Amino acid sequence: MRLRRFGALLLSAAALSSLAACGGGSDSYASVVEKAEKTKKLTIGVKFDQPALGLKKPDGSVEGFDVDVAKYVAKQLGVDESNISWKETISKNREPFIQQGQVDLVVATYSILPERKEKVGFGGPYILAHQDTMVRGNETSISKVEDLKGKRICQASGSNSYKRITDPPPNGRSIEAQLVPAGSYGECVERLKGGTLDAVTTDNLILAGFASQGGDFKILGVPFTDEKYGIGMKKGDTSTCNKVNEAITKMYQDGTATQLLQKWFGAAKGLEFPTTPPQFEPCS
Amino acid sequence: MNALISNLDSVLASFWATIRLTVVSAIFALILGTILATMRVAPTPVFRLAGTVYVNTLRNTPLTLVLLFCSLGISNVLKLNFSDDPSVNGYWFAVLGLSAYTSAFVCESLRAGIGTVSLGQAEAARAIGLTFVQSLRLIILPQAFRSVIGPLGSVLIALTKNTTVVIVAGYAEAAYLMSEMIYEGSGTVPIFLGFALGFIVLTLPTGFFFSWLSKRMAVVR
Amino acid sequence: MSTSILYDIPGPRTRLRNNVYALLGAIGLIVIAYFVYSKFDQAGQWSAKLWTPFIDPQVWTGQILPGLAGTLSAALVAAILSLLFGVVFGLGRLSEHRWLRLPSATIVEFFRSIPVLMMIFFAQAGAFDLFGYTMSAFTAVVIGLTLYNGSVLAEVFRAGITSIPRGQAEAAYAIGLRKSGVIRLILLPQAVTAMMPAIVSQMVVVLKDTALGYIIAYEELLNTGFRQLPATFANIVPAAIVIAAIYILINLGLGQVAHWLERRSRRSRLKAPRTSTRSTIPQGTVT
Repeated sequence: MRLRRFGALLLSAAALSSLAACGGGSDSYASVVEKAEKTKKLTIGVKFDQPALGLKKPDGSVEGFDVDVAKYVAKQLGVDESNISWKETISKNREPFIQQGQVDLVVATYSILPERKEKVGFGGPYILAHQDTMVRGNETSISKVEDLKGKRICQASGSNSYKRITDPPPNGRSIEAQLVPAGSYGECVERLKGGTLDAVTTDNLILAGFASQGGDFKILGVPFTDEKYGIGMKKGDTSTCNKVNEAITKMYQDGTATQLLQKWFGAAKGLEFPTTPPQFEPCS
Repeated sequence: MNALISNLDSVLASFWATIRLTVVSAIFALILGTILATMRVAPTPVFRLAGTVYVNTLRNTPLTLVLLFCSLGISNVLKLNFSDDPSVNGYWFAVLGLSAYTSAFVCESLRAGIGTVSLGQAEAARAIGLTFVQSLRLIILPQAFRSVIGPLGSVLIALTKNTTVVIVAGYAEAAYLMSEMIYEGSGTVPIFLGFALGFIVLTLPTGFFFSWLSKRMAVVR
Repeated sequence: MSTSILYDIPGPRTRLRNNVYALLGAIGLIVIAYFVYSKFDQAGQWSAKLWTPFIDPQVWTGQILPGLAGTLSAALVAAILSLLFGVVFGLGRLSEHRWLRLPSATIVEFFRSIPVLMMIFFAQAGAFDLFGYTMSAFTAVVIGLTLYNGSVLAEVFRAGITSIPRGQAEAAYAIGLRKSGVIRLILLPQAVTAMMPAIVSQMVVVLKDTALGYIIAYEELLNTGFRQLPATFANIVPAAIVIAAIYILINLGLGQVAHWLERRSRRSRLKAPRTSTRSTIPQGTVT
């Protein structure tokens, strides 16, 4: 059989690719709580490019409000912060990452929305953010949301904040702004600085994080939505959801929440910090 | 499958965007590539150097970065913009990035083509007193083009597929819609196969046409 | 003065004219460079604050180098797998058995026709949808790159083997080798030598295309250097320049390897027929 050798080659290639496909799979546990108890380890998805919320530092560590909340919740689940492996979740891959089990929890400026709840479950919310608008410091023609008509606003990849402006009610406000696409909010801020767009509109916590980096920006301070930041997990993981909610309640009761908010957003003007947890969503 | 059919309008529109990007970028890339190839064989060292630097820079940078740089660097820092309307502006920056990148490959193919033109042709052109530009325009380039139709076809196919990368510039074309539809959760395999089919419909005939054309136009020696 | 067959050795007047062109060209380039420089300056992009992060060793060890490692490891694994893929399917297309030739041709043509980015998307989403398997971004990038570049390399190998004079195979059969021996001992070694520059150029493509991992948040150079790093230092434009420079240097290095291999293999074969560019290709550039 002349072709035996090629057949063998083909087979070995197939074996190789299936081998590649086998690496890295994780054992399945009934719930994240169970995994945390048994392995004392968690994989948590956070943002890596959002100052003051989830940011990867040059030394490889991650920091920010979301990161600290994640650490606190993990501790309540019995996982030490050194046993957390941080994984980057970008806006677009949060649901797939939870569904595919690439991460156990997601704490990444993750608003609880009905369409998201069809795919994943949420604990919390742990904080309410509100959509606000940031403009250049010398901007005089924009002082309220309605002024965005005809202006160029940023459409960051994977984020739907712009829809609250441009979509018809009840979703948005039917304001005819021009959309400028960008890869991330960092890019949005760079473009705002450069003048290729006029306003960045998204959650005030995100904006406050960028504003704290310096640069001549001002946040209008006219919030107009409630963004319930939740902790994402697999759909139907009720026990984890309950446990996460307990942790959040405790975080507010022992003052950690206020302290963390002060630490990360204390410098930002016009933000009010709650001392009690937001109304939790039902856990089923 | 249903998702593809119920969204047929937007799927077709997204492929139309792909075609528009491809054709317009291809035209600019061909023009720019020809100019670059001329520069790289020109008698003036400055032009040769400029052409070489350009080609080596663009060829060795990921297209993702080229596109990001066009929109961030040129639009935002240099403040050179095509239009006040962001969507028109975005489209032309995508075209700019794609044609700037592709022109480097056109230039290299064309330069290889110039290499296949037989020496006697160039010598004869000079003997009848043609200048550098004249001999290139009338004698060398027409033959060079004919001999690299095949490679230029491959460059065009690569360009068609590369249009998917303008996703980073946020311009919506086929791959963008595909990722959106997968994200919306309307199934993975049928959507992938549907979009793959779309690209095959675009690229396979292009490949056949160019290999037919290159045989037909081959320079007989 | 390099001589070219595209133009005569210039006389005094032509030399003068060429010098004038050169001067005008140089002035034009300088004007463009100055324009770019001053606009960047106006935008404050040269300010030291934006550039000093790049002399901080921690920025390199913490972000840029890990990103580079991500890029290189994905490129390396994808390169090896695509060579395997290329050999298997390249030979498959040359087989005299239809049942091997047709599937090979279909697979190669299919993956050559669709964009890498779509394969990467599909690899990750499809693996879960079909098999419930959680695929890391690394695996998805490697699979996408392997399928595409492997298909391209399959064509390269096929072209390489068919380009070898038929006498070689006939002589090999004549001394009693079986088909596997003919291919393994006679055809493949020659094809690989002839195709080496094309193979190395394809490696440049593999390396560059790892940047597509940016879109699915694979931690490669573009991701760590262009998205994560500027989030700390707000220096997205300088970051883009530095990252581009790293890519260009690595790829130029690979290009030099291709160039060197090409010259080596050219030297070892019979002199090619005289054609017009040999002398006009400036030495030391990637071809």
